[in-house]
Amino acid sequence: MANYLLLIYGDEQKWASMNQDEWAAHHQKHQEFQAAAGVRSLGGKQLADSATATTLRSDDSGAMTSTDGPFLETKEVLGGYYLIEAADLDEATALAALLPEVYASHSGVEIRPVV
Amino acid sequence: MLAATVRLTRDLDLAEECAQDAFAKALRTWAQDGIPARPGAWLTTVARNRALDLLRRETTLRRVLPSLVVPDSVPGPEDAPERPAIDDDRLRLIFTCCHPALAREAQVALTLRLLCGLSTAEVARAFLVSEPTMATRVSRAKKKIATARIPYRVPSREELPARLGAVLEVLHLLFTTGHTTPIGAQLVRQDLVDRAIGLTRLVGHLLPDRDEVAGLLALMLLNDARRETRFDSEGRFVALPDQDRSRWDQAKIAAATDLLATSLRRRPTRYAVEAAIAAVHAEAATWEATDWTEIAGLYDVLGSLWPVPVVALNRAVAIGMRDGPAAGLAALDPLLAEPALATYAYLSAARADFLRRLERWPEAVSAYAEALALTDNDVERVFLTGRLAEVRANLGE
Repeated sequence: MANYLLLIYGDEQKWASMNQDEWAAHHQKHQEFQAAAGVRSLGGKQLADSATATTLRSDDSGAMTSTDGPFLETKEVLGGYYLIEAADLDEATALAALLPEVYASHSGVEIRPVV
Repeated sequence: MLAATVRLTRDLDLAEECAQDAFAKALRTWAQDGIPARPGAWLTTVARNRALDLLRRETTLRRVLPSLVVPDSVPGPEDAPERPAIDDDRLRLIFTCCHPALAREAQVALTLRLLCGLSTAEVARAFLVSEPTMATRVSRAKKKIATARIPYRVPSREELPARLGAVLEVLHLLFTTGHTTPIGAQLVRQDLVDRAIGLTRLVGHLLPDRDEVAGLLALMLLNDARRETRFDSEGRFVALPDQDRSRWDQAKIAAATDLLATSLRRRPTRYAVEAAIAAVHAEAATWEATDWTEIAGLYDVLGSLWPVPVVALNRAVAIGMRDGPAAGLAALDPLLAEPALATYAYLSAARADFLRRLERWPEAVSAYAEALALTDNDVERVFLTGRLAEVRANLGE
């Protein structure tokens, strides 16, 4: 068994523009994913808006600076994640393929093995 | 042998190392005791024993092995009711190397390297890239297989279509690499040709209703039907126009034509169109009787299905055959700026041939010299050297 982090990326504005019915359908898909994952799901959360992020790094002198916003300034941001357990990449892929973000045109899911 | 060892070690690098050790041991032992009755089985046993030794050592060192995942406890698609009819280690290794989580070029490179035993230099040549580039690509792919745990198995029926493209590309490259070896003294490595045909048949049994598989098999058989006529008694290359057509293998051509007819019933696929081109050549009684209009038209179709520089090159050559060397030269012209063909000997050789036929001797001399500088194959070099001497002689008059 190995652990995989499923990173859900997408366009925040598109997510924000979903109406209530769309959200309900979206939420339903996540519940189906969680039911399918069962004990193989080790955790997962939706992240708050990327505008709420704080990023720490250091400047040239090595002094820490704190800035607002996510680490990468891109249109597609990290919107949530799951940590799952799977026998291999094919099993992880089969589970991740249940996530609705795989199918919306603006979003996608990255599967990363956890070391 | 490698595939069987991978099944045990679940680690591509380790399996490769053990296979090499087995060959080294064979050289020592067989020289002394003679070649065993079943050399393949002997090598596999030695490689597996070596792997077991190393694995035990690894375990005692408590080192975590990067593992190729073989599902021992979790039932995989192979155990499901729709289990594929063929359980073959080589197919398993091919489909693992051609996993969609790997980049297409990495899939092909890895399979050629591991399953077909090509050297990194040969694979690099087949892809028109440098050897270090190819070495990096292969090692990155191996690392991903280990770290992301790409499983070692033949995929389920639903997963097959997504992997088929890469698998067929591998088999095709394997065939062409064997049919015209890029480096070395021999022009043909018949072992690679036969392996490519055998594996394509296996994939065909696995997926009987996929037209591109039948098309690829037809293409391979049509080219292989000319096997006996591609060299003269001294091993010199004989170009298609000069081959003895009466010695082409008619049984292979007939089998290929049947396959092709079936595979062309529906939407044409890349391999089927390539096979159709080969079939036009096979059906012409003489080189002069070749239907170049048909061939140029098929290259137009092929170019739309598979727009790559090498197809554009072959299309230009067909136009030259149909409309004369000046038209061919004009069609080749835009390809001179194509980076992928910058070091491709056949572009220079094709230009040289048209220039020779136009009796533009000084340009023909430099084009043949260029083709000679670019080819790494000894047999082709002999052919090109002969042509170069011929045009030089004309230049002298």
